Amino acid sequence: MTETQIARTTCYMCACRCGIQVHLKSGEVTYIEGNRDHPVNKGVLCAKGASGIMQVKAPSRLRAPLKRVGPRGSGAFEEISWDEALTLATSWLKPLRETAPEKLAFFTGRDQSQSFTGWWAQAFGTPNYAAHGGFCSVNMAAAGIYTMGGAFWEFGQPDWERTKLFVLFGVAEDHDSNPIKIGLGKLKERGIRVIGVNPIRTGYNAVADDWFGITPGTDGLLILSLIHCLLEAGKVDLDYLARWTNAALLVQEEGPEKGLFVKNAESQPFVIDRRTGMPAPWDGKGVQPDLGAVYNGNRTVFQHMAARYLSPDYAPEKVAARCGIPAPRIRALAAELAEVAFNQAISLDCAWTDFRGDHHNTMPGRPVSFHAMRGISAHANGFQTARALHLLQIILGTVETPGGYRFKPPYPKPVEAHPTPHFVTAPGKPLSGPHLGYVRSPEQLALKEDGSPARIDKAFTWENPFSAHGLMHMLIPNAHAGDPYRIDTLFLYMANMAWNSSMNTAKVMEMLTDQRDGEYVIPRIIYSDAYASEMVAYADLILPDTTYLERHDCISLLDRPISEPDAAGDSIRWPVTPPDRDVRGFQSVLLDLGHRLGLPPMVAPDGSPKFKDYADYIQNHIRRPGVGPLIGFRGDGTAEGRGEANPNQIEAYKANGGFYQAHVPEGARFYKPWNMTYQNWAVQTSFYESPQPYLFNIWSEPMRRFQMAAEGLGPLQPPDHLRPQLKRAMDPLPCWYPSTDEAYPVHALTQRPMDMYHSWGTQNAWLRQIRGRNFLYVPTKLWEAHGFKEGDYARLTSANGQITVPVAHMAALNENTVWTWNAIGKRKGAWGLSDDAHEAKEGFLLNHLISELLPEKGDGQRWANSDPVTGQAAWFDLKVRIENAGRREASSPAFPPIPRAVPQGSARAKGIR
Amino acid sequence: MTSLPTHVEKQLGLVIDLDTCVGCQACVTACKGWNDHSHGLSDADPYGADPSGAFLNRVHSYSVQPAEGAAQTINFPRSCLHCADAPCVTVCPTGASFKRSEDGIVLVNEAACIGCGLCAWACPYGARELDPTEKVMKKCTLCVDRITDTSLPEEDQIPACVRTCPTGARHFGDLSDPESKVSCLVEARGGYDLMPGMGTKPSNKYLPPRKKDRLETSPLAPLLDIQATGFAGWLDKMLGKLS
Repeated sequence: MTETQIARTTCYMCACRCGIQVHLKSGEVTYIEGNRDHPVNKGVLCAKGASGIMQVKAPSRLRAPLKRVGPRGSGAFEEISWDEALTLATSWLKPLRETAPEKLAFFTGRDQSQSFTGWWAQAFGTPNYAAHGGFCSVNMAAAGIYTMGGAFWEFGQPDWERTKLFVLFGVAEDHDSNPIKIGLGKLKERGIRVIGVNPIRTGYNAVADDWFGITPGTDGLLILSLIHCLLEAGKVDLDYLARWTNAALLVQEEGPEKGLFVKNAESQPFVIDRRTGMPAPWDGKGVQPDLGAVYNGNRTVFQHMAARYLSPDYAPEKVAARCGIPAPRIRALAAELAEVAFNQAISLDCAWTDFRGDHHNTMPGRPVSFHAMRGISAHANGFQTARALHLLQIILGTVETPGGYRFKPPYPKPVEAHPTPHFVTAPGKPLSGPHLGYVRSPEQLALKEDGSPARIDKAFTWENPFSAHGLMHMLIPNAHAGDPYRIDTLFLYMANMAWNSSMNTAKVMEMLTDQRDGEYVIPRIIYSDAYASEMVAYADLILPDTTYLERHDCISLLDRPISEPDAAGDSIRWPVTPPDRDVRGFQSVLLDLGHRLGLPPMVAPDGSPKFKDYADYIQNHIRRPGVGPLIGFRGDGTAEGRGEANPNQIEAYKANGGFYQAHVPEGARFYKPWNMTYQNWAVQTSFYESPQPYLFNIWSEPMRRFQMAAEGLGPLQPPDHLRPQLKRAMDPLPCWYPSTDEAYPVHALTQRPMDMYHSWGTQNAWLRQIRGRNFLYVPTKLWEAHGFKEGDYARLTSANGQITVPVAHMAALNENTVWTWNAIGKRKGAWGLSDDAHEAKEGFLLNHLISELLPEKGDGQRWANSDPVTGQAAWFDLKVRIENAGRREASSPAFPPIPRAVPQGSARAKGIR
Repeated sequence: MTSLPTHVEKQLGLVIDLDTCVGCQACVTACKGWNDHSHGLSDADPYGADPSGAFLNRVHSYSVQPAEGAAQTINFPRSCLHCADAPCVTVCPTGASFKRSEDGIVLVNEAACIGCGLCAWACPYGARELDPTEKVMKKCTLCVDRITDTSLPEEDQIPACVRTCPTGARHFGDLSDPESKVSCLVEARGGYDLMPGMGTKPSNKYLPPRKKDRLETSPLAPLLDIQATGFAGWLDKMLGKLS
């Protein structure tokens, strides 16, 4: 019997990035389990992770570069060599770089190498780069950065060991999957109460001790009502607010700078010191900021906040009907938050010194914690809703205190420590800085001199000023409409834009094949994917990627790291098994392409490639002096954070289980934004160049600057048609406004199952046996009202279209909400499945009902179905009308089969052997 | 017909916490992967219209509407319960199905299995599955090839489903030892037998969900009547708390 080898690398069955142990016999993958030493998953592994073996052996894997030889969408491809493929790509891209780099739009989907792909796009010089965050969860991420310097998942997490009450808002099963499950397990073991706020009671909400089956899109209103109750009862942490937030800063009541902070002669905001009643620096030693101060008629943020939320508009009795939650339950939830935060407070005996130089003997904690991700984000009011949730945590004094929410290095990071967007193009030249960033005022918008958008997705414009992750969902519609301009080449990686990753799927397929004067409206499409997804048929050139066990990768602190609250962390993937096809890791291909294009950072002085492949880049790229993609084993192999490149770094990571951790010093584990031990450690470990203590932004000046512009103040002015939405959405205090279409009665949602990752799971022989079918789940009230019976289909109509799909009854569901699993439906011919597979016959998408644009208003404008702050796609604002369509055989709309890029999968007779 | 042992030296089994199981299916594919790799669990038509593979552990979700209160979803993992009075053993015509006296695990000797399906019919829990290509009966072995493999690290000498469970809802141990961790859990949490009326005396136990939807905290008392005193009064009272 052959000896089993165990290779430790990183999973890529979803975005969670767990450590895995891959069992190999004679080089063949035989079994995958969790790595017990790994910080993310600590040995456990989800359903997807253990099924990775079926992904690595999937018949849907692409086999060689393909060049389109028939009409786009016809599936007529020929296999070509890599040299031919890269020569062709170079011949398309080189003239664009030399004349108009913006004519390349490079968007990278579910890319886990964004610090690398962004660097490549910057070197090319196009402003048109982003990944998929704009149609995912940018509202949560950006609201967190603007409010407190981080959000959930990669930014921070509950203090699972110490929290005494956990409240979960919205669907969250699809991000940070194993860590949340591990955390829930810890809470359950200690008998800690879990409260779920979600229209649908499945998954984590199924084990919640209390369930609030809220009306979709009203989470922000519920949260502001909880804040109302807490303020009304005086149950807020005044000391915390005074010391660590901008609650004591003074807001100008009148004048051209109305709504901005009162500043001193050095242009610094200041506070009134309670000891003297006089102005004092906000960061001065011993200063006790006065929340109740009034200075020259200007009140503090605290007074503005209290006046806003004490309004009867936020009383539980006022919001109950809209939220679908009885007022007594809202009051009971507020009372429970207050009880645990204030009557069950905890304290760690750990001395520390804050940025003012004040010494503290203990670390007091308010053991209430929260988590939310995409559920509350994917609405047109999602940014302000996420901000409201952060405000709730802040007034309870739970953020960065024991038992509450904890940042993960390199976070906390104030908005000022992030770059602003870079977008100015010049032929043959790189961009002067990174594409994506955090806008603080109108002059930082990505606008050309004539005021038109610099980016194809219109990110960082008056339509959505804080679009920190770009707007991938607007890319194809805008490129097709030539709005704001025409592009030449669409270059996509890992993004199934011809199917489940686009709103308005059918229309997007038309846009991709639409011709004008005998030419495609989008002239060229290059696509890289490992699998025969629906998007493959719509590309002109396919660059086949490897699977995740056949490649190098790095999960970098320059990007989206795998840190824990007590340790910064990064990790690698490495080829534990060689590819058996003519495929190459996409990042290595980009380096080759960059060399062929003569992009300076990819060309050595002698003209040869600067980097042999991605592994070479991972070890030898220097982003700024002493800082590279990985923080561990730098220099001579012992340096952490900063140090020269180490040619043996990847081997050192492999020997260490595929990851590295830099541990936060004992005295730096809480109060990180203000704790000088943490701040100094963060500088040493390369996250900042200098300490960056800051105050949490209850009142957001960047938002107010945009609201002021909408009110007519300031030199830069928005177009008139956008003034109303800017005035409303750019409120400097968290607010709520309705985001769903009142013309249709029923909310329609999707959620991603814990055992599938967007469209990938379906090609997996095991996972599709678990969830190869999706139904429209209908609550009891609608089930009975429409006389549904098992086996029936429902016709759903929205402002954008109609689908007819199979139904199933579900009791544990908001009474005006229907839902289904995300991305189960497939196009016939894709993913190596047979044409009569359930996924391609009865399986369906809600995407056909959702447009990237709102219905026309007759004003000639294209109004985005997005959050007006960040541009996040408002997937969960969908409303529909439902009818009983009786018995059917298949869902509609159905599309003709797409020709196969790979043969259909056949039997898997017996086991792995 | 096959006999059950008159005495077992110990009774290994699982304790599954229904208060904690989120229905993530991790145990399902860890089980599939381990048992496929160790002795084969085939899949018929894996990429076609009717994929059907053998799984030794499945998780089902049920919608429950209590007489009072909100509806609930219960996630329910299902695998062989290694019963004391296992009807799948006594019904077996060839002796292929048997219960081990040393640890109480119910196993199938595949070489002696004729695939007649009587055991699957006799099992009230639907815990046995016929391999679609090998046509022999497969079932949970409690990963007998892991728990007895001393070449594995000791912490890994547990069933694959228990090792992988992200919420820690699955526990493995000796249920005949009242002092064992699993027995203590059963005692503390009111662990119960599945379908006791069937007389199978299952070894695996389920821990019931805790009572739900009983938010009982008394509402917060307002600091004072804001409508009567106005915001200034509220602010005074509020900031008076700081001293």
